[in-house]
Amino acid sequence: MMRLKFVLLKAALMFLAFNFLFAACDPVPWLAKASAYNRLFPGRPRLPFGETPEKAYNFSLFQLDAMLRSHELAGKSSRPASEYRVVLIGDSSVWGYLLTPNQTLAAYLNQLGLADSASRPVRFYNLGYPTMSLTKDLMILNRALEYQPDMVIWLVTLESFPWKKQLTSPIVQHNPQEMRRLLDRYPLPLSLDDSAFVQPTFWSRTLVNQRRALADLLRLQLYGVMWAATGIDQNYPADYDPPQEDLEADESFQGMLPPNLPKQELAFETIQAASSLLDGTPLLLVNEPIYLSRGKNSHLRYNFFYPRWAYDQYRSLLADFSREQGLPYLDAWNLAPPEEFTNSAIHLSPAGSRMLAESIGKLVKSQLGIIP
Amino acid sequence: MTLTQIIIFIAVSLLVATVMKDRGRRWALLVLSLLAVFWLQPFSPIRHLDFWLACLTLAATTFTWLVIQTGNAANVENQKTAALLAGLVLLVALLRYLEPICCLTASPPPAFPSVIMALAAMGGVAWLVRRWFSSRRAALAASIAALLLTFIVLKNPAISEQLSAWLRALNGQPIKLASAADLRWLGFSYIAFRLLHVLRDRQTGKPMDLTLREFLTYVLFFPALTAGPIDRSQRFAQDLRQPFRLSEASLSTGGWRLLSGFFKKFVLADSLALIALNEVNAAQVNSSVWTWILTYAYALRIFFDFSGYTDIAIGVGSLVGIRLPENFAQPYLKPNLTAFWNSWHITLAQWFRAYFFNPFTRALRSARRPLPAPLIIFSGQLATMLLIGLWHGITWNFLIWGAWHGVGLFVHNRWSDFLKPRLDPSALPLWKKRLLDTAGALATFHYVTLGWVWFALPNPGASWQVFLRLFGYGN
Repeated sequence: MMRLKFVLLKAALMFLAFNFLFAACDPVPWLAKASAYNRLFPGRPRLPFGETPEKAYNFSLFQLDAMLRSHELAGKSSRPASEYRVVLIGDSSVWGYLLTPNQTLAAYLNQLGLADSASRPVRFYNLGYPTMSLTKDLMILNRALEYQPDMVIWLVTLESFPWKKQLTSPIVQHNPQEMRRLLDRYPLPLSLDDSAFVQPTFWSRTLVNQRRALADLLRLQLYGVMWAATGIDQNYPADYDPPQEDLEADESFQGMLPPNLPKQELAFETIQAASSLLDGTPLLLVNEPIYLSRGKNSHLRYNFFYPRWAYDQYRSLLADFSREQGLPYLDAWNLAPPEEFTNSAIHLSPAGSRMLAESIGKLVKSQLGIIP
Repeated sequence: MTLTQIIIFIAVSLLVATVMKDRGRRWALLVLSLLAVFWLQPFSPIRHLDFWLACLTLAATTFTWLVIQTGNAANVENQKTAALLAGLVLLVALLRYLEPICCLTASPPPAFPSVIMALAAMGGVAWLVRRWFSSRRAALAASIAALLLTFIVLKNPAISEQLSAWLRALNGQPIKLASAADLRWLGFSYIAFRLLHVLRDRQTGKPMDLTLREFLTYVLFFPALTAGPIDRSQRFAQDLRQPFRLSEASLSTGGWRLLSGFFKKFVLADSLALIALNEVNAAQVNSSVWTWILTYAYALRIFFDFSGYTDIAIGVGSLVGIRLPENFAQPYLKPNLTAFWNSWHITLAQWFRAYFFNPFTRALRSARRPLPAPLIIFSGQLATMLLIGLWHGITWNFLIWGAWHGVGLFVHNRWSDFLKPRLDPSALPLWKKRLLDTAGALATFHYVTLGWVWFALPNPGASWQVFLRLFGYGN
């Protein structure tokens, strides 16, 4: 019995020692860099995201490294002489919610068959990611620079601007180290001490606490098989609720009331930071299309997200800002008719997505000097 | 079983093994097994059904024990066991009133008076069985028939759905939502086969000297409740009766099997499940190569899942002094289909061999005008494999899967007979023998893997489409 107790004690001590060793080495970030995408199976045309993994063969995780390594862009790490590389960033409308990989904005832009003045084909890459936060976009852009884009197109909407929304994206919350790098360089009014951040501790780095992260890394690779086998990376429900037509008689926006939308409450500085981060690489700003309701209280609000007064002022502020910053800008807010939205005031149908691609295509052409 | 449930079982088993002496250990194993029947029974949308199914498991086991009795069933130990059984059922039912710790069952148990009434009814039936039917041939046959009938009802989706609709109507629940999945009876396939084993043994005159406590523990032994293995009662009782002290050896054996089981089930099988062939992805996959990969993934997944659970059951068993039989012995490395079936789900195959194949072929051989030997072998193998297929569910696909293996076994049997006078493996150089074994293993693995296409999908049409795609046809 005594020896048995020693065996149990030894097992417990070894378990503890292994956990401490695991925490000390912290191999998860290193493991996140290992990927079979672009090697054993093709890279994904958009970042991994999904709420119903068993149907979508895709799911949401928080390791930016692993996410980017699964992207097709990771298979083309350095800037090739044979392509003009354009990266698209933004929210779920760029990612392509309810759209197949061939129906996303990036896919339709690629179908335009654009070429630059040196006859290099212009290739668009989708780095949009659902959740609305400009800081999340900036964080992804910061990592995307590794792939040396020739141009960046950033699709934005008012909902992503309020400062208080910046840290609501789980991908931001789980990557404080990424935020630290940005905050060290740019004076954004965000604090790493904010309770929204999930701060790593020694205990959280033990094997016991990292089991979910490790399982996520493995699942991401396994779903790569299903992605390659089926070409499916999203669940497409047979039916869904269309955008809300009848609206509340509520004129507030994120706690702000008419008549003035205070510019200091909006994260314009993140766009300045992005511009600075790009260091001369062209940045095109696009105010993405929104659903224009015709129902009850539509004289007060454009849609579920936006009261008219706030959105109108936002458009004006964004136009002024891009002019001041010298950023090419497309205000596509009313580009798509209501029937070209799917389940939200910002999610476009395939036809809507194609319309937007054609408009953006013209802007890109003008930037490339193809159209005078 | 979930990971949490298994960890709790391991912890409790270690506690029992270290704290309890022999007699206490035996009672503790009974209590744990009885409670596990309620705890592991999955939720049913039919009101209180999860509680009643657990009760039915206990009742069926107890009645079977009464039917096979030859001696004095009413000795003190059996009476104590019966009292404990009734007490535990009442205790589980009482948890209904103990919010928020309610409940051990997946949904709150029924009202206490109805449980008392049900217990009284079961007690009455038990008295009748003991008084009038104990050890009578008709009772043994009726019990076997009742178990087989229940089996047919549960394994046939159409009949299960009808029964679900009837139970829903009885409960005042919407009939439209009736589904065969409402009647998920935990471990019934294994419990029924243990009961059939003792009933058949009793029919053939084999003595049965297990006490009620031993018998309940054997049939409902908690590590083997959900996924086997199907042990033999006398062998199990031998282990149970032996004094047991948790030693380094048993801890090390058990620990190793548990680690191996966890890795197989929760790492390998659960990971492979993400890419294994199923009804949905079978229709989505876009090329022959990927269809092969998904099919291989299914073959490996089903092995690691099942063999992982067996390792866990054997591991937990060894912590409390019960050496459960092995169920798998590297089946995918076997050089032919016969060897595969001697190493895949071994206890089920042995059960069918003992209680169906042997008596069936014996009957065919001893018929007044016996069939030719190859035909007897073919009939025996095909019928056995069809029954094994139907054991998984009464559907066309399981039937075809059974036929696939029945025909495969017969072909191998004939091929072996053909080769025997022509090829002496012991005369072959080692490299040739190894080459033959490797080729045989590869061919067997692929035959079995293709067979899983029938097993994994719900209808022959879907399976046929996968077959076409595997070989470069179809869309």
